[in-house]
Amino acid sequence: MGAVGDTDSRDSRQAEPGRLISLLSPVPPTILTLILLFYMSDISAGREISFGVTWVSDLGVSLQFFIDGLSFLFALLISGIGVFITIYAASYLRGHMQLRRFYLYLYLFMIGMLGLVLAGDLMTLFVFWEITTIASYLLIGFNNTSAIARRSALQALLVTTLGGLCLLAGFILLGSLTGSFDMVQVLASGETVRASSLYVPILILILIGSFAKSAQLPFHFWLPNAMAAPTPVSAYLHSATMVKAGIYLLARLHPVLAQTETWEWILTCTGAATAAVAALAALRQTDLKLALAYTTMIALGTLTMFLGSDASAAVAAAITFLIVHSFYKAALFMVVGIIDKQTGTRNMIKLGGLGRVMPITFFTALASALSMAGFPPFLGFIGKELKYEGALAVASEPALVSTAAVFANAVTVTVAGMVALKPFLGKYPHNLPKVHEASPGLWISPLILSFLGLTFGLAPDLVGGGLVEPALTAVLGIPESIDLRLWHGINIPLLMSILTFGLGVTMYLGLRHLRAWLAWDFKHAPTSADLLWDKSLELLRFFAAFQTRILQNGVMRRYLTVIFVTVSIFLSYALLRSGQFPLEYNWPRLNLKEWAALLLTVGGAFMAGTARKPLIAICALGALGVGVALIYLFFGAPDVAITQLLVETLYLVLVAAILPRLPVFSPGRKIRFRPRDALLGGMVGLLVTLSILAVLQTPFDSPTSDFFEQAAVPEAHGRNIVNVILVDFRALDTFGEIIVVFTAAVAAVTLLGHQLRRGPQ
Amino acid sequence: MEGPLALVVGILIATGVYLMLARDLLHYLFGLILISNAANLAIFITGRLTRAAPALVPKGLEVPPMPVANPLPQALILTAIVIGFGLLAFALALIAQAYKVLGTLDVDSMRIAEPVKPKRKKSP
Repeated sequence: MGAVGDTDSRDSRQAEPGRLISLLSPVPPTILTLILLFYMSDISAGREISFGVTWVSDLGVSLQFFIDGLSFLFALLISGIGVFITIYAASYLRGHMQLRRFYLYLYLFMIGMLGLVLAGDLMTLFVFWEITTIASYLLIGFNNTSAIARRSALQALLVTTLGGLCLLAGFILLGSLTGSFDMVQVLASGETVRASSLYVPILILILIGSFAKSAQLPFHFWLPNAMAAPTPVSAYLHSATMVKAGIYLLARLHPVLAQTETWEWILTCTGAATAAVAALAALRQTDLKLALAYTTMIALGTLTMFLGSDASAAVAAAITFLIVHSFYKAALFMVVGIIDKQTGTRNMIKLGGLGRVMPITFFTALASALSMAGFPPFLGFIGKELKYEGALAVASEPALVSTAAVFANAVTVTVAGMVALKPFLGKYPHNLPKVHEASPGLWISPLILSFLGLTFGLAPDLVGGGLVEPALTAVLGIPESIDLRLWHGINIPLLMSILTFGLGVTMYLGLRHLRAWLAWDFKHAPTSADLLWDKSLELLRFFAAFQTRILQNGVMRRYLTVIFVTVSIFLSYALLRSGQFPLEYNWPRLNLKEWAALLLTVGGAFMAGTARKPLIAICALGALGVGVALIYLFFGAPDVAITQLLVETLYLVLVAAILPRLPVFSPGRKIRFRPRDALLGGMVGLLVTLSILAVLQTPFDSPTSDFFEQAAVPEAHGRNIVNVILVDFRALDTFGEIIVVFTAAVAAVTLLGHQLRRGPQ
Repeated sequence: MEGPLALVVGILIATGVYLMLARDLLHYLFGLILISNAANLAIFITGRLTRAAPALVPKGLEVPPMPVANPLPQALILTAIVIGFGLLAFALALIAQAYKVLGTLDVDSMRIAEPVKPKRKKSP
């Protein structure tokens, strides 16, 4: 019985791996959120907290963190939304075989995001930036058996890494310009940076990085594909975290980089274009999750657009909208996940009438969607009013920004209807299986989130003073106050809101016709960014294959040619740069025996180079070895000469042992003179000679030799300085050398012994 | 007096490169020997030549009487010679074995690892 019981418990454990971890998973983010809330009053009072350690002091890089209003807001969103995501994921992925791995990735991602927003040093920020890239790659590709998921993950990784590299370059330029990677110092030197000629390169590099991360045009295509991730991941990555990293960076560096025409125009146009493209794409979708993904892109475009301005109303709108968006988007993604899980489809055409069987989900969806659509009294309404106020306050192009904002919001209203009304109202489709309400673990998180949206809408001061104002101060660099209110009286923003509702509702009602028109339109579009991406990858692959065929063609002589040509190019470059042409060298006198040694060496080399039969070449090489040994001997190196002779002898023994196995005695093939190789050889030889002569022109620097000469007797008690160096000062090198020779001997014996054992065939 | 020696190094290198580019593996090996000798000589020369005494400290003295030959390049060359020998011994054994297995010393015919015309795979 006991054995059976054991098996059972093991089975149940296997059936539900990571039960404990999924129960405990909300604890770390909860603790973090509470700690952050504890500091909230400090932050809203304008205090900044910083801590850290020195990391790479030589490069001025330190692992530095600091918390001001902006990083506090982001950190709170990341950990706070993280709590709800972990609760939701525990139910959503219940029983998944790789649950532990999931939490590992999720926490890695959370740590990356938190480090990113809390970084007080550009390099620290970059490191955490890359951690989020890698973690998001793992999360998007979590369903690793699906080829689509793997492709999407790789695409997200490549696009964001590409941006990351540009970002690193931008940071390095910025750091060298301001003289420090320290965030506080960088933020304080906005004037210097904007006046510098490096401003535009820095700006463009950093913008590429943050646009790639935040899915702005033209790097937008990875975001919809990233919907291959499990829904909790999408809810987290695309509401409060990953895609907001780029927005965070824009806001963070706002005091340094903003307030120029370039900044304003790039951000406003990119943001508006992204929002518009995403809005059109969102209307086309029948997949609820994809529709939400495109509204995320709308939101990101809007945020970018507002951050382009330095009007305080616009920035305030961006920050408030950021909070609003995090709440409703996370909730709606979770709702879509619930629908998907309960019915098995996310296709809105196939869904309907779920409201009666899933009332709690319906209510949650409705509450979040109303916030998303910007209906009073939800927080979304305040966010939207602020947006319109901000749009009108944008100095450069209020008309463009306002139009884009109204259009984007109208589409958002439509998508809100698509997600919250279409699946729940109408007739229950007969081909849909019987479904029932989801478990509390699934709906509790979105429910709380939508309630928060309502609470903050009714009492906007809860977020206004504590969160938005400090963040606003951090972005603008000067203390700002903001008054969040539901009712501002009848003004232009209110009229624009009414226009938005009208437009959005009209589009929702005429969705079918709109979609047909868009489908026709998109079919006739010449190409899409996603296709272009595939094409460019294909091109890269083609190029790789092409250059591999050139370089790795399997012909050893060609490899060697490449190597020698490269050597000559670099040597010529070094010679040209040093500018030392040793032509006026006074050729000194050598005595007869020295000339004889040189002649022997050169003669041996010449013979070896031209010999028709290998045996003659071997003899010539022997002569050359003796010549070199003589040179050593004549110029004060008897030890080297002795070793050289010894090695020559050993080599002769070895050759004699192996020669019978080789076709050296057979009449050699006709060896033709190869002028091209001779030319290359001559060039390398000439360059080496010139390099040596150039080196000889520089004054001799001999402290190391002097040290050995001085220290040989007193410290090492040896009178042969060369020997002392080998066996005493550099004994470890000699030991390594012995190992090398020993290894070579073992390898050679193995090769030859193999042959010996088999015997002649 | 370094000039002529630098020229010798150049000649050794030129011959070595020429030989290494040959099709015959034995020629390649000869080229390798030439180049390693040339490299040793180059180190020797750039450490400055002297006809003076070897770097020895006579009995009764703490430091060598100036001038002596520079001991540092000599120590480096000693290591290089021995390691060069290890390399050549191994290369020779490898060549012998390659000839035994493949029946040729023509590098262009040794294409087992990298066949002449690899079939190109179509990407899925």
